[in-house]
Order: sequence, then C-alpha cells, then structure tokens
Amino acid sequence: MHRTGALYGQFKTLEQQKDTASLGMWIFLVTEVMFFGGIMLAYTINRHTYFHAFAMGSNTLSLKLGGFNTVVLLASSFTMAMAVWSAQVGKKKLIPLFLTLTIVLGFVFFGVKYVEYAQKFHHHLVPGKSFDISYCVNHPNQCEDVDGAELDVEREEIAKALAADPDLNAHAQLYYSAYFGMTGLHALHMVIGAGLLLWLLRNSLSGLYTPEWNTPVDLVGLYWHFVDIVWIYLFPLLYLIDRHK
Amino acid sequence: MRIARTTNPGPALRLPEKHYLNATYGIRSWLLTTDHKRIALLYLLSVTFFFFIGGFFAMMIRLHLLTPSGYLLSADTYNRMFTMHGVAMIFFFLIPSIPAILGNFLIPLMIGAKDLAFPKINLLSWYIYIVGGAFTLYSMVTGGLDTGWTFYTPLSTVYSNSAVAPAVVGIFITGFSSILTGLNFLVTIHTMRAPGMTWFRLPLFVWAHYATSVVMILGTPVVAITLALAAMERVFGLGFFNPAMGGDPILFQHLFWFYSHPAVYIMILPSMGVISELIPTFARKKLFGYHFVAAASLAIAVIGFLVWTHHMFLTGQSTYAALAFSFLTFLVAIPSAVKTFNWTATLFGGSISFDTPMLYAFGFLGLFLIGGLTGLFLGCLGVDMHVHDTYFVVAHFHYIMVGGAVMGYLGGLHFWWPKITGRMYPEWLARIAALVLFVGFNLTFFPQFVLGYLGMPRRYHVYPPEFQVYNVMSTAGASILAVGYLLPMVYLTWAAFYGKVAGDNPWPATGLEWKTPSPPPTENFEVTPVVTWEAYDFHNRPDLGLDDSSHPAVAPAHGDD
Repeated sequence: MHRTGALYGQFKTLEQQKDTASLGMWIFLVTEVMFFGGIMLAYTINRHTYFHAFAMGSNTLSLKLGGFNTVVLLASSFTMAMAVWSAQVGKKKLIPLFLTLTIVLGFVFFGVKYVEYAQKFHHHLVPGKSFDISYCVNHPNQCEDVDGAELDVEREEIAKALAADPDLNAHAQLYYSAYFGMTGLHALHMVIGAGLLLWLLRNSLSGLYTPEWNTPVDLVGLYWHFVDIVWIYLFPLLYLIDRHK
Repeated sequence: MRIARTTNPGPALRLPEKHYLNATYGIRSWLLTTDHKRIALLYLLSVTFFFFIGGFFAMMIRLHLLTPSGYLLSADTYNRMFTMHGVAMIFFFLIPSIPAILGNFLIPLMIGAKDLAFPKINLLSWYIYIVGGAFTLYSMVTGGLDTGWTFYTPLSTVYSNSAVAPAVVGIFITGFSSILTGLNFLVTIHTMRAPGMTWFRLPLFVWAHYATSVVMILGTPVVAITLALAAMERVFGLGFFNPAMGGDPILFQHLFWFYSHPAVYIMILPSMGVISELIPTFARKKLFGYHFVAAASLAIAVIGFLVWTHHMFLTGQSTYAALAFSFLTFLVAIPSAVKTFNWTATLFGGSISFDTPMLYAFGFLGLFLIGGLTGLFLGCLGVDMHVHDTYFVVAHFHYIMVGGAVMGYLGGLHFWWPKITGRMYPEWLARIAALVLFVGFNLTFFPQFVLGYLGMPRRYHVYPPEFQVYNVMSTAGASILAVGYLLPMVYLTWAAFYGKVAGDNPWPATGLEWKTPSPPPTENFEVTPVVTWEAYDFHNRPDLGLDDSSHPAVAPAHGDD
C-alpha cells in the first residue's frame, strides 16, 4: 500500500492507524502471556511436586546478582517510559538519550546474566549427565566465588532436602530446566527488544518521531515493559522460593 | 417464496482493464507484494504443494495396508509415512488452508477495506510459513519422522532415532505464521470495517474467521512453548517431560492438546464460514437465524478450549476430571447442531440450484453430521475405552477434517474462483469431480468406522486377515479420492487462464466482495462502499438482478409455497 506522509494507504485517518497499531500490539502481548503461561504451568506443577528440590535449586542462585538485575530492569522501564514521554511532548533531543540509556541498561542485564550462566556451568548446575547439586559442597576449592559460610548453610540444607527427597539430584535438574528455560526465553525477548530499540534509536536520531506520530516508540515501549513484567514474575519464582532462614 | 435467477443476455462480459493480477509484473512484484489478494495466491501455491506431499504419504499408507502382512513398506518406514502424512496435512495444509487463502483474500473485500490492517505482517507470515515448511521438509528428506504427529514424549525427546528436532523447530516457526494471521484478522475486523458495516451485518464467513482467530492467538503460543520445551529437551537435555528426572510426559500431552484440540476448530470453523455463504446464495434465501450462527462460532471457539483431555481419557487422568471433560465435550455439540439446523432450515422453501459450490455444501452437511455425531461416541467415556486408538478415531477425524474442512475449502475455492481469477471453471466437469470426491471419500473412510469398531488399532503396519476386505475398500476409495483431488487442481488451473469470463457477480451473491470487479483492483474498491443492507438479504437488493417482482419482500406468516 502506498503511503502519504505517516499515513499508510489502507487507513483513512492517522487516528484509525494508531488505534489499529495499538490493538495489534496488545493482542500480540496476549499471545506472549499464553506463551510464557505454558512454561510457568510446567514450573508450577513441578515446584508443587518437588518442592524440596526446587527450594534447594533456588538457594544455589545468587540473590545479589538477581536482585541487582531486577533493579536494572526496573530502571530501564523508567528510561523507556521517559523516551515515550519525550516523543509524545516533542522533546526530540531527549528521545535518543533515553533510548540509549534503555539499551545500556539492557546490556548491563545481559552482562550480569552471562556471569550467572557461566557460574552455573562451572558449578555443574546445567541439566545433563554432569549435573550435581552438591558439587560446590563437595568441591569447595572449585567454587571460590561462593563464600565459605554460604557453603556451610548449603551443606546442611542439602542434607535436609536429601532426607526429604532421596532423588534430589534428578529433581533439582527440573528446577534448573525451569531456570534455563524461563530465563533463556526471557533473555531472547530482551535481545529482540534491544534490536527494536536500536532501530528506534536510528530513526529518532533523524527526528522521525513527533508528537503527531510516534506509534513505534509507544509500541516498543509496551513490549519492553511487558518483558520487564515477565522478569518481575521470574525473580520471585526462581530466586525467592525458600531462602536460607 | 422462490426467487428465480433471470438470464440476462447483456453485452459479452470482459475482464476489467486493470486488476490486482496485472497491476505489476515480475517475480519481485509477487515475492515482495503486500496486497492481501496476492499473498492469498502465494499461500494457495504453497499450501497446495504441502497438500500433495501429505497426499503422497496417505497413498503410501493405503497401498501398504492393501494386504494383511503389509507388502510395501518396513514397519519403520510405515511409522514415518503416517507421521509425515499427519504433520504435512495438519500443520501445513489444514490449518492455513481456508484462513490464509480464502480468509486472506476475502476478509478485506467482505468488510469493504482496502487491505488487512498490517499488510507487511501478512507477507511476513507467509515467509515464516515457508521457513517453517523448509525445516519440516528438511526433516522429511533427512530421515523422516516416526513419532506420530502428536510428538508424544519421551519417544520424541529421548528414544526416537528420526529427525525430530528440525520438524519440531519447523512447526514451532510455522505457528508464528498462524499467530500473525489471526492477529491481523482480529485487528482488521475490529478497526477496518466500511461505513455501515456493523457487527451484525458482517457475513458469517467473517464471524467464523473472527472466532478462528481467537483460537489461533490463544492456542498457538501454547503449542509453541510446548514444542520449544520438547526441542530443548531433545537438544539440550532439559527435563520437564522426562520421567528419568521426575518430569511428566502427561504434562506434555496436556499442553499439546490444549492447542491441538482447539486446532480442530481452526480447521472446521472457517469451513463452516464458507458453508454459511454458500447455502444462502444457492438457496437464494436469507440465512435462517443469523445471530445464532454467529454466536455459535464464538461458542465453539470458547468451549473448544475446555475439552482437550478427551484425547487422554486412557493415558492417565482422574476419573472425575474425565467425567467433567466428557460433559464439556458433549457441550460442543450444541453450537455445532445450532449451525447445522440453521443451514438446513435455510434450505426449506428456498430456490435451490445445484451449482458445484452447493454440491460441496451438501457434501459438508452430511459428512460433518457423521463426523460430529461419532465425535460424541468418542466423548463418551465407556465407548471411548472400547474404540480408543482404533480406526474408529481415524474415520471420525477424517470425516471432520476431510469431509468437513476440505469440502468447505473446495466449495469455497469454486465459489470464489471467478472472483479470484475473473474466470469461470467448467461447471459440469466440476460437478462430476465433486461427486467423485464424495464417493471416494465415503468409500475410503466409512469402512474405517467398521474396522475400528471391530478393533483394528490405528498406526499398526500389519493386521489380522479378516480385516482385509474393509482395507481393500478403503484403499480403492483412496484412489478415487485422489482422482477427485487431481481433477479440480487441473481444471481450476486451466480455468484461471482460459475459463469463460465470469463478470462481477456471476451467482449472484450478496456480499460486498461481489460489488467490485472480478478480479478486483489492487485497492479493492474504487470508492469506499457504504453498506445499507443486512447480510444475505436477497429481497432488498435490486442491484442483484434477481426476479422477485411477483413475491412480497416479507414472507407470509403461515409459510409459503
């Protein structure tokens, strides 16, 4: 369809075009809710069945890194909201600034996630043949990034969990399946979001977005907030099941 | 009251000078088009391709089952044949067939819009379909697939030696094509209707696609995540469905059927939409109970989400859950029956003509009735225990999917072929093909009801000799069916180039799509139409050229001739 200014040929007015685009984005987010809903269902059922293994798995995560990332993502939601606001009120110089901040925060999140994933590989916490929930407890010299006091608590907890669930090592792999599945899909959504933000950044530098027409900023904003909200669910589901008392 | 079709010996019909087919030329103008009508034709080609691939596998199955000991294929190859038949037909033919071809072509025309809301996303969805199809074809030629189209774990994730991963990835990808099509339709129907096209003036084809789109956007993401988890389990060793880690294979079945049962309604609802267009047109009568038929589409979509475990009555669930799901399954029969009764009631007192599309509509009515009622047998716990995983099930769902969905698809293709190509198909040849299809279909699948009832299990590559007579009948029927499918492919292709010029509204029918030239211009309508009439109202439409001068516009209360 040919295009007149910002108005695509299949629409009659800019207002109709904007309503249509928003409705499309909201429906897309509904499909995303169903998508994450599937894996959250699998998580919930397994957590209910193997609570001890899930609590144990949760305790091997780093609350500090997870908490830091939560703050980073919330901050990125704020900068994204500011970018949308700047576009709406026509502060053309501020749009690229806030978009850049959002992208930077996104990459900080990836960096922390990389550190966490790498740690899990080193600690034999990736589902598969070499998975060993007690690896750090039994090989403290291989896990120098976990401090001694923490390991002592972990040793006790593993002993207790093993008493309640002799198959702890198998079931903890289900926890880590959930961990890698959910955070992996979340990270994939962040990568797509970062790509969209870079595209917005390029367009905003050439001054494309005005108070009359800023639909892409608005819609990518919706998407970015949605991805943040997913994390707001993932953080307690994965990190806070049954923290050390 | 009857309305006769007048023969109107006007000047010889001619194609419009400029239309969407000759607006631009060259392969790029097709591969980069954002015109919904051209994208529909791209889908038509690719979906037909997969139909014949799936058809080839079906013929291999039927030829193999000609003798009790199975003379043609090894057991292993047989497993691959029925799996790939299911995968090709369900994910790459039935689900996209009516929505992505006819829905894509017609929804903007029917609501008086210039295009779908998101033309680029529409093109993107076709490319996604092609990429997903390529992955699945890759799986088919590099070892095939032997898990059954249902991909039950842990067979698919741990034990199968066939090319499961690329097929699963292919179906995962194709799912997004379906999601984007559904999204595009929903938004288009909400925001792009022409002035005067109120919700209750929409053709029922549009209502049916609205309901279908709801199922597409709510169900498909769930199968996407399920298949993604299964693929990650096979490739990276995740454990949700792996009993060795305490995972639950039944969970896979729940998640899979949460989509794959509603997916049946993705196949049948659009077909019902087609039938709702055909019957009023060829009975020349307003559809009986318009509002109820529209609401029945939505009801089927909603209830369809609450019945999935009837596929799992014998694979492990609580008896109480089975009771509840059995009851909910019976509920689907109500809106389905509302539709069937309303179509039949529309015929009463109508002025029926037996053009080819109407023959398909009649075929649909009978076959859907059998398919639907045997669905109730299967939803009944006691009977299901007896016929579970037998040919009774195979016969039942082929009556719905082939007898229902494909009959509607072919009926619609014939009905709108003059709109799509501007040319008429050869009527008598088409009537014969419809008859051949009907005979071939029943000969193929009716004996399978008997086989299943007698206890022949599905998916076995050998069977006891006493079942041979029914299997021979079924294979003979399949050969006739194959002729019935090849005929339309040949003459519709021929007609697209050499058929008689059809004119804007050859039937005549009442929808907006018939008020624009055939084939339509790229922008669909020269001027945005303003709708002032109700759907299927033949009486207040002098523009149709129907002779109803001798009859009052309102039917007398006591009925009529």
